[in-house]
Amino acid sequence: MTQSPLPVATPTPLLDRHEALGARVIEFAGWQMPVSYAGIIEEHRAVRQAAGLFDLSHMGELVVEGPEAGAGLAAALVSDPPSLAVGRAQYSMICATDGGILDDLIVYRVAPERFMVVANAGNARVVSDTLAERLAGKAAVLDDRSLATGLVAIQGPRSVAILQPLTDVDLGSIRYYGIADGTVAGIPASIARTGYTGEDGFELFVDVHRTGDAWDAVLEAGRPAGLVPVGLGARDTLRLEAGMPLYGNELDRSTNPYEAGLGRVVKLDKQGDFAGRAALEKVAREGPGRRLAGLVVRGRGIARHGYPVLDADGRTGEVTSGTMSPTLGDAIAMAYVAPDQVEPGTMLDVEIREARVPAEVVSLPFYRRPA
Amino acid sequence: MVPGDLRYTKDHEWIRVEGDEALVGITEYAADQLGDIVFVELPDVGRALDAHATFGVVESVKAVSDLYAPIGGEVVATNDALSGRPELVNDDPYGEGWMLRVRLADAAQAEGLLDAAAYEQLIAEG
Repeated sequence: MTQSPLPVATPTPLLDRHEALGARVIEFAGWQMPVSYAGIIEEHRAVRQAAGLFDLSHMGELVVEGPEAGAGLAAALVSDPPSLAVGRAQYSMICATDGGILDDLIVYRVAPERFMVVANAGNARVVSDTLAERLAGKAAVLDDRSLATGLVAIQGPRSVAILQPLTDVDLGSIRYYGIADGTVAGIPASIARTGYTGEDGFELFVDVHRTGDAWDAVLEAGRPAGLVPVGLGARDTLRLEAGMPLYGNELDRSTNPYEAGLGRVVKLDKQGDFAGRAALEKVAREGPGRRLAGLVVRGRGIARHGYPVLDADGRTGEVTSGTMSPTLGDAIAMAYVAPDQVEPGTMLDVEIREARVPAEVVSLPFYRRPA
Repeated sequence: MVPGDLRYTKDHEWIRVEGDEALVGITEYAADQLGDIVFVELPDVGRALDAHATFGVVESVKAVSDLYAPIGGEVVATNDALSGRPELVNDDPYGEGWMLRVRLADAAQAEGLLDAAAYEQLIAEG
C-alpha cells in the first residue's frame, strides 16, 4: 500500500495494539483508527452476544469549568446542562443560530462547576471554537483535553461481569447516562455508562499515556468471556441497528434536531436565550419539513447513503445510512422523507442502481436489546 | 495463494477457461479487501457481456463495488447460491464462490489477461 502524502492523520494512542491485533487501519476524521479486526459481522455479533472493546480515543473531550460553566453551556447548547445532577449526563447538540446542527454531543456533569463535553472527532475543532466564542465573558474556562484523553469503551451484555472485577467502583451504582470516578486495573478513570451500540456498557476516559494499559487489562480480563476488539465498521452497523444518528449522515449543518426526530433534546422551556432558539422555536411551532424514518428493504438490494427515496410522485427523500443488518438479516436504512411518510407500514421505494426497490417504513430503533 | 491455473485482471476478477466457456469470480485478495460480503448482484442468463463492462456488483457491510467482465461473451449460468449465501465469496472465492459461466466470444482474449505470477506481483505491489 502506498502512503498518502498529506495531510498526516493523528495516530490513535493504541495504534500499536491494533496493528498487533491484525486490524485494518483507516483514516477517519483525521485519525488513524481500526475499522475491523476479525471482520465486521463477527465483531458485531460479539457485541450483541458477549462484549466488544472499542478504541474511541479520537473523540473530542472539552472540559468547561467555573462558576458560570453550566449557565454558559445552557446558552451555547440546545439542552439544559445546569439541570444535570453531578455524576449524570445528557445527550445534547450544538446548533448554529439558524438551527442547523454543528455536532451532537454528550455532556457529563463531573463536578458542581465542571462539565465534560464529548464531541465527534471530525467536529471537535468546530465545537471547541464555537464554545470558546459562546463562553466569552462568562466565568468559565474551556480546556480542550482531546489529545490528553484516551477513551476505551466496553459494550455488550457481559460488560458488567468483565469490568467489575477490574474496578473499585460499584458498577451497579452507575445508572444509564451516569458517570463516576475510580480506577480500572489501577488506572485512574472516569467510568460512564454510555455508548453507541444499543447494548449496556461503559466508556472509560483515561489519561492518554495510560490508555494502552487500560485497553490491555480489559481485553485480557474479558477474553475468556468472549470479549473481542471491535473497529469502527461494526460500531457503525451497531449504532444503525440501534437507530442512533451519525453526524455526517443523519445529522449535519443543514439539518435541525426536529427533522432528525430529536426534538426532545431541545429544551425550549429552559431559562434564557440560547444559540438557535428563535429558529428552533419556529420549527417546533410549524413542524419540520422532512423527517427521519427507518426503512427495511423488502426487495433485493441494500439501500446506501445518498440513494434516492421515491414515492408514486417521484423523489421524496434520501437515504442517510444503510447496511445489511447482521442481527436482523435484512437490509436496513435511515432516510429523510416527507413528514407524512414516517408512519410504520408506509411503502416507499429506494432507487438502487436505477431500479425501484420497495422499502417499508418501520419504527426506530431496528433493534432493542432484550430486557 | 493465487491458483496457478487461472487468469486474472487488474480489477481482481479471475477466469477459468474450460473449452469455449469460462467461469468468472473475484480473487481471494479482493474478497479479503472487501470484508464480509453480504450481497451479490449478477446479470440475467443470456446477457451479452463486453470485455471490461460492469456485469454486477458485490457489496460488503461497508462498501459497494462494481464487477467487471474479464472478457466478452454470453452469460450461460450464474451462481444462484450467492443470493442466499453471499459469504461463499469470502469462504471459497475460487470454488463455491464463483459468479458467472460465460460462453466466450473469443477464447484468445483470455491470453491477454494476467497469469498467476503477474497477478501475484500486482497484489504484492498493492
